[in-house]
Amino acid sequence: MSALYLLVLASIAVAAFFLFAFIWSVRSNQFEDQQGSAMRMLHDNETPQTDNRKF
Amino acid sequence: MQSMPEISTGKNTVIVRKSIDTGAHKLCYHCGAECGNANITIGDKLFCCDGCKLVYEILDKNGMCNYYELQSHPGLSQIKPLRSDKYAYLDNEQIAEKLYKFTDGNNTIVTLYIPGVHCSSCMWLLEHMGKLNPAITESRLNFTKKEVTIHFRKQEMSLRQIVELLATIGYEPYISLDESDKKEKSSFDKKRIYKLGVAGFCFGNIMLMSFPEYLSSGNDIEHQYASLFRVLNLALSLPVFFYSASEFFTNAWAGLKQKTLNIDAPIALALLITFLRSLYEIGTGTGAGFLDSMSGIVFFMLAGRIVQDRTFQSISFHRDYKAYFPIAVNVVTPAGVVSRHLQDLEEKDVVELHNDEIVPADAVVVDGRAKIDYSFVTGESEPVTVEVGKTVYAGGRQTGEKLTVQLVKPVAGSYLTSLWNHNAFAKNKVEQNRKDSIIHLLSKYFTIVLLGLVTLTAIYWAFVDASVIMPAITAMLIIACPCALLLAVTFTHGNLLRLLSNNGLYLRDAFVIEQLGYINHIVFDKTGTLTEDASDYSMRGDAFSEREKDLVYTAALSSNHPYSKALVAFLGKRERVQLGEWKEFTGKGVKAISGDDYIYIGSSRFADNAGNTDTDHAACYIRVNDKLSAFYITPKFRQSLPGIMPQLGENYKLSLLSGDNDRQKPALERLFGSGGNLLFRQQPVDKLNYIAGLQEKGDKVVMIGDGLNDSGALQQSNVGITLASDVNNFTPSCDAILDAKRFAWLPGLLKLARSSRYIINFTFVISIVYNIIGLSISMQGLMSPLIAAILMPSSTITIVLITTGLSSLMARRYKLHLDAPVTKT
Repeated sequence: MSALYLLVLASIAVAAFFLFAFIWSVRSNQFEDQQGSAMRMLHDNETPQTDNRKF
Repeated sequence: MQSMPEISTGKNTVIVRKSIDTGAHKLCYHCGAECGNANITIGDKLFCCDGCKLVYEILDKNGMCNYYELQSHPGLSQIKPLRSDKYAYLDNEQIAEKLYKFTDGNNTIVTLYIPGVHCSSCMWLLEHMGKLNPAITESRLNFTKKEVTIHFRKQEMSLRQIVELLATIGYEPYISLDESDKKEKSSFDKKRIYKLGVAGFCFGNIMLMSFPEYLSSGNDIEHQYASLFRVLNLALSLPVFFYSASEFFTNAWAGLKQKTLNIDAPIALALLITFLRSLYEIGTGTGAGFLDSMSGIVFFMLAGRIVQDRTFQSISFHRDYKAYFPIAVNVVTPAGVVSRHLQDLEEKDVVELHNDEIVPADAVVVDGRAKIDYSFVTGESEPVTVEVGKTVYAGGRQTGEKLTVQLVKPVAGSYLTSLWNHNAFAKNKVEQNRKDSIIHLLSKYFTIVLLGLVTLTAIYWAFVDASVIMPAITAMLIIACPCALLLAVTFTHGNLLRLLSNNGLYLRDAFVIEQLGYINHIVFDKTGTLTEDASDYSMRGDAFSEREKDLVYTAALSSNHPYSKALVAFLGKRERVQLGEWKEFTGKGVKAISGDDYIYIGSSRFADNAGNTDTDHAACYIRVNDKLSAFYITPKFRQSLPGIMPQLGENYKLSLLSGDNDRQKPALERLFGSGGNLLFRQQPVDKLNYIAGLQEKGDKVVMIGDGLNDSGALQQSNVGITLASDVNNFTPSCDAILDAKRFAWLPGLLKLARSSRYIINFTFVISIVYNIIGLSISMQGLMSPLIAAILMPSSTITIVLITTGLSSLMARRYKLHLDAPVTKT
């Protein structure tokens, strides 16, 4: 029955991972423009590369 | 326009007509407009104008014809000819600086709002701007906000060149330095999303770990696990209580400090009691507490608020005249013409205005022919001619040639702009609507009734069994949380907001729905609201024969004057006749001779040398030999108007406030019926005062207008609705924006908004039933975590289902769309 300890910890860890994934996706503006992203992926050429190093 | 020689013989006439007929099927390769007779081609590709051809050439040169693969005729937005110095003010570093997001002297980032963005081709083109000019290192479009962020090297390409390039390819940005314009576009409330995420995470895990507790009768699970789960639950509930729920506590506290009980007060109380009792139970090992219910409530309430507070990112509701006025104007100084920021203008400055530019402040005409279009400012539908030495008013739009004026008032002190000093603009409608909301009234009674019941229960148990007092009253406070009421309101509002926007009515916030439900008086503006941009034409006077009509048609066809064009449109396609002589007299009219027939089209003095025309409001007069007829251009009423006015008249009082003259009064009287109150020649302040007068009589007024002259009335009314043919165009400050194409649905939209009250009341009844069940259990001291865990989600889910279901049902009943209209991309 002590396996339960491990399982509980594992389940919380997995859930916590998804929570952080969610927060990260909101923080990196992935929900800012839902229509645009859907269209952009259908364009043939690759989209202009984001080059943040310049600035 | 066809030039004269091509229609000089009968044979040619046939050829020309043929090309018109087939021309109807020839569409511009770039924008899809009909090409007509235009003969602009590259290879086998046809273009309607040089602008479209230019864009094609730019794209072709840079190997960007992929643009046309994605969409046929993507350049749908009308390309307007660009005046060369229109954006000269962007060379002024001080103005440009305000638009930069970042600059290090060379590498610069700027974000521009582009209303014309509408399809994936637009996105493709705007994101490949770097191919058009290598100085642009990156461009990225936010499609939802219609904003493009451009990274460029300033030393190689100026901001002005960027903007001009955008305008050339058909995506002219809308540039405004008005702060209020920008603030609203800020993204949704990210903090609340984080709170929701944390609450959801904790809620799910607490539920999971509470299951053994629900399913066992207490003995089955080993003691060590039970306490482990309880401690873990407590640990998981901490972020919910201290982080996710923090806004309920701060709002409740802010309300209490102002000595009001807002909806957050009973919620905060319930959360606090739940948390403390759970803490006590877990600490003493007497029970598992109600942490699952608590985190669930927080999660659903946050979700409801997010649904309710959704905003329309590309629409602005708070624009005042500053957003309509230009950023800078051309001022004539001894050193030459310079571009000067609007706020730096002073009295006595001499300003040059080109076609389509707006008079920045009240001024006197110094030079040029002023033909000012005041339709947006006063509601007058026809341009006014102003002579040299006379005053032109701020907000008017010059049409035609270049005009020089000298300012006589500062910008903020002008006749129109002084409207904003009226105290109607001092009140905060957003706050007022929030305070008037039904939810605050109910929460007050709810709290009082609940506290009364708690006291009674405590007194009862004090006599019967004192040990039950604490469990009973805490359970009451936990279970009777007004979250069901709050959820009923937030989800009803959220769904209605969505339904209304799918049908073309965009509200500033959810509280406008409630206000719309109380409306009993509708006030309309005329120009632009009841009338369309198009006009109705009519002719009165001597009847012309078919041949005479052909003569008039041919004579008018060669003139570029708007009245001639209107006349051609009125007569329809006719035979062209050979003209012996044709001459246009500026400011007077057109004279043509064909054989023995003389044709005059123009002002009354020009066309009618006998001088017996009356001075009515005819646009122009037409004389063929000795037959005389007057030609009228009247603004056209919206087609749907005769259908919807009687419907509205049944349920609402109707008024009309027009800044225009009363020429259309008889037609309007028919539309408004006997009950309507029609007022003409109304100044902006008159409109505001009329609304205020109605409100004093107890009416709840909705004002439907479109121009700056309605701004005061829109602000004063309970709900101000602006009608816009394009929701991204300039609209004066208002509570709601209605897509002009959806005007016919207005009665249904108002009914739907009104139905929100019934839906909320109905769900209140259901939530009260749940509350009675829960309270009767807890008053007896029998409340257990399991019962709470069943009651809470089931009441929440019923309420969410009922509110969304009922509001969608109502929308269907009023023949409105349930889903967003499919836009042609």
